[in-house]
Amino acid sequence: MSDAPPHPQHPQDPQHPHYYHSADLGRFSEISRGNSDLSDKFFAWYGAVFAEGALTAREKSLIALAVAHAVQCPYCIDAYSEDALGKGSNLEEMTEAVHVAAAIRGGASLVHGVQMLNRTDALGM
Amino acid sequence: MLPTLAKRGSSLATGAGQLARLAEIPTTRSFEDALGTSALWPLRPTRIEVLQINLGKRCNQTCRHCHVDAGPDRTEVMPREVIEASLDFLVRSGIPTLDITGGAPELHPDFREIVVRAADAGAHVMHRCNLTAVLLPNYSDIPALLAERRVEIVASLPYFQGRETDTQRGDGVFEQSIESLRRLNALGYGKGDGLLLNLVTNPVGTFLPGEQAALQRRWKSEMQRRFGIVFDNLYSITNMPVSRFLEFLEERGQTEEYLTRLVAAYNPAAASGVMCRTTLSVRWDGTLHDCDFNQMLEMPVDARVSQTIMDADLAQLEERDIAVAPHCFGCTAGAGSSCGGSVA
Repeated sequence: MSDAPPHPQHPQDPQHPHYYHSADLGRFSEISRGNSDLSDKFFAWYGAVFAEGALTAREKSLIALAVAHAVQCPYCIDAYSEDALGKGSNLEEMTEAVHVAAAIRGGASLVHGVQMLNRTDALGM
Repeated sequence: MLPTLAKRGSSLATGAGQLARLAEIPTTRSFEDALGTSALWPLRPTRIEVLQINLGKRCNQTCRHCHVDAGPDRTEVMPREVIEASLDFLVRSGIPTLDITGGAPELHPDFREIVVRAADAGAHVMHRCNLTAVLLPNYSDIPALLAERRVEIVASLPYFQGRETDTQRGDGVFEQSIESLRRLNALGYGKGDGLLLNLVTNPVGTFLPGEQAALQRRWKSEMQRRFGIVFDNLYSITNMPVSRFLEFLEERGQTEEYLTRLVAAYNPAAASGVMCRTTLSVRWDGTLHDCDFNQMLEMPVDARVSQTIMDADLAQLEERDIAVAPHCFGCTAGAGSSCGGSVA
């Protein structure tokens, strides 16, 4: 018998289902259903990663916010917007972090223009 | 300036109105159940160490998150007989600390006398200060008096930038607060030689405050770097779903979401250190409460004990059951929250 919960209800807009639901972030731990050993290891490692270390927890939170935008994870954007505010970051700092992510994404595309140049140089006269 | 809930005749202006709204919010468990799982129910005082007197609801600001619904249009102030009864109980009971709050306590005509008499009686006196009232005409002598009597100052400053601070506390408040802090530093406050200057930050929004020690390191660094201001401790205090912050949540449609966040963040360690276990709160009219939040919700102390400061009995009060309601999850979320910041 499956131990899966009934199909989750999404009270925010039950008439218009969509792929991501903010309430699902709170269900993250359910990922243990298929393999609790791996999820236990993941969450322990995750917690250790974000602990105060050579980088402060606030700095790590800003990095996570930037990466959340780079990987375009809506759960992570919600979680680390809130986490960054709670850790005392301000809108200016958070916006700069997002620009860093955007600059790397944009730069990653543009720097491939060198590949284009290499190819066009090879193909041209 | 924002009129108070009372001035606007809001349903959230009364304790009953707020409690009725909070009772409508579905939560996964009650605060009593949460305390039960921590072996803390019924909640009892450990020892009353702080007598907190609320001098009234008059204030020169109307902060967006104020749990007192204080403001310039409020007229409630502590009358003479309640002041006398409070000072008499302080001396009689031997409670070591008098914590003076409001409103802006400085605006009470007898504020100076209360400070002097309590300090002369040997009490440690704490003053909860909005930083701007003492810049008003006729109040600028107060900081020097506080320094002379070695009064501990607990001053509200939600953030080290203007936009966030003014959003919560009103236009121009940040600039005035910085001026006030400079004057306190000039009097010797916050410099580590006993004149304690502590800052209080409430989140400017519906998020929960992060770890207090880390926030304090950053606040100290930024306040020194940006303004040359020093202070002793930073207290991070969670916004309570009470009064004007409750109205803010209601306007945003976020009351249930916020309360759910508080319930989910319940921390048994924070619960064992909640301030109501060490505090007795006196309303402007002399009625006794378990804390300033219960006071604003008009939740009386245990019916079996003295109800006013005029007939207060310390031994009896230390045996009382503390009254709780859903808002209490605000004091037990995460690292906890109290008038002295986080508790776990």
